[in-house]
Amino acid sequence: MGAGLGREHCRRCALPLSRQPNLKGHDRNVIQTFTFYLFATIVIASGALTILSRNPVHSVLWLILAFFNAAGLMLILGAEFIAMLLVIVYVGAVAVLFLFVVMMLDVDFAEMRAGFARYAGFGALMAVVLLAEMIFAVAAWNAGGVSVASKAAPVDPSVPNIEALGTVLFTRYLYIFEAAGLVLLVAMIGAIVLTHRTRSGLRPQNPSEQNRRRPEEATRNMNPGIGQGVEL
Amino acid sequence: MTEWFQGQLGYGFGWFVSTLILILMIALPLMLAVAMIIYADRKIWAAMALRRGPNVVGPFGLLQSFADGLKVFLKETIIPSSANRGLFLLAPIITFTIALIAWAVIPFGPDMVLADINVGLLYILAASSLGVYGVIIAGWASNSKYPFYSALRAAAQMVSYEVSIGFVLITVILWAGTFNLQGIIAMQKSHVFFLNGFGFNPLLFPMAVIFLISAMAETARAPFDLTEAESELVAGYQTEYSSMSFALFWLGEYGNVLLMCALNATLFWGGWLPPIDWAPLYVVPGIIWLFAKIFIFFFIFSWVKATVPRFRYDQLMRLGWKIFLPFALLWVAIVSGYLMITRYGALA
Repeated sequence: MGAGLGREHCRRCALPLSRQPNLKGHDRNVIQTFTFYLFATIVIASGALTILSRNPVHSVLWLILAFFNAAGLMLILGAEFIAMLLVIVYVGAVAVLFLFVVMMLDVDFAEMRAGFARYAGFGALMAVVLLAEMIFAVAAWNAGGVSVASKAAPVDPSVPNIEALGTVLFTRYLYIFEAAGLVLLVAMIGAIVLTHRTRSGLRPQNPSEQNRRRPEEATRNMNPGIGQGVEL
Repeated sequence: MTEWFQGQLGYGFGWFVSTLILILMIALPLMLAVAMIIYADRKIWAAMALRRGPNVVGPFGLLQSFADGLKVFLKETIIPSSANRGLFLLAPIITFTIALIAWAVIPFGPDMVLADINVGLLYILAASSLGVYGVIIAGWASNSKYPFYSALRAAAQMVSYEVSIGFVLITVILWAGTFNLQGIIAMQKSHVFFLNGFGFNPLLFPMAVIFLISAMAETARAPFDLTEAESELVAGYQTEYSSMSFALFWLGEYGNVLLMCALNATLFWGGWLPPIDWAPLYVVPGIIWLFAKIFIFFFIFSWVKATVPRFRYDQLMRLGWKIFLPFALLWVAIVSGYLMITRYGALA
């Protein structure tokens, strides 16, 4: 829209666009709606391709695309901090490790497809449960005591959402926040304890020993005569 | 400019057209800068090895990069028969695109920034964390052993150094109190007496050093270029690439190096501000100061490349996880403690 200015009419009111006093707001909505449907379509399509593609590496790459577009959706919602975190944490770190692991694995596709029929029922059950939960959550949100004003803008839009999140996380939910950190720490230590094992026959590097080594200890000046070798 | 286009073409379409023009105004000079910086890199490297470097094409060899570009452009693109075709071609495009997108938030002057967003630094962190995908996908899609080893090395290396870069950025954010790059630059104005830049602050200088070294590791420049260590891995993830797909890796790599130089300048040395807060220096436009700083950092990158031998892989991992990470973590605690006492009055 906008190209044939003056002739076109706004979709919501009778005024032609050239006389539209609040052109900005309406056009902005059009852009937002367009980007929302773009991102949402790609999220759903790439989510579907994640579970449908036969090559596991392709699956992970589709998953990454889904994360990326989910971040785009968050941006439209005005949650720029969450969007960036999604990209940094999930796309930048978690998915890299996924990709790393999947590439290293030697996956047997025939076996995987044989397993599909076995787990199909269970998977369908999970899907139904998740869908039901989502419907309940939306219904509860609509029915609950949340007023319309705070639904539209739960916090003052002029406050950057890093500040808004920080204020809530470090005051009201401080203990829960710290407990979450503790859980992650325990998980990390647990993973290290479970996978770390000392094998015999290892020859680890010792950097301090390597740094202490001087040329005098490691080299000798030899001056053998012609036709004579060097005894080492 | 945006307003003018919006007046002509309507709000949405005008915004689209003007943003497209602004993007090209950054991307095209950037490509030119990459061509010249490759020439500069080769000249500096040659000078340190007592050679002449490129000196045949054009005056002083200035057009060497363009000759190389033309040569590469005219070559045939070879796709290995066992490669994963789609991903093989996608990988260099990803590397190149991601090297460009982070420039959107770099401020070139008081009002010269494409996207003045309030999560600018996080955006850069996000963009730089994506850089690894080009390498991993290239290594996997080539279906060849050396590129694959290179991809594994790259994944581990870039994830490792991102952690310490993250902590370094936290100290800067704590001091500046904002994620916005213009805000960070504004906070650096006469930060230490009359000097512009966080790097002049003794509490932040160690972080500037860690950031510079981590930036080299993050861009896989020598001495951290284990992903393309020619003595072990032929050319690493680029082994199977030819023609323009190879050139895109090359451009992306140097684009990333320039970005890291710009970040060093912006986060610690005042960005487009002159180094000294003295009125006559502000006559020189900010963009000149930024370019001068970028070039100084690029010279350091080249200098290190020419003089420092390549790290062993275990040394690389040790430096990232056992030295930089604990040190940066401790420094975050020290800086936040100092700020709590001096700025927020924790003891008062």
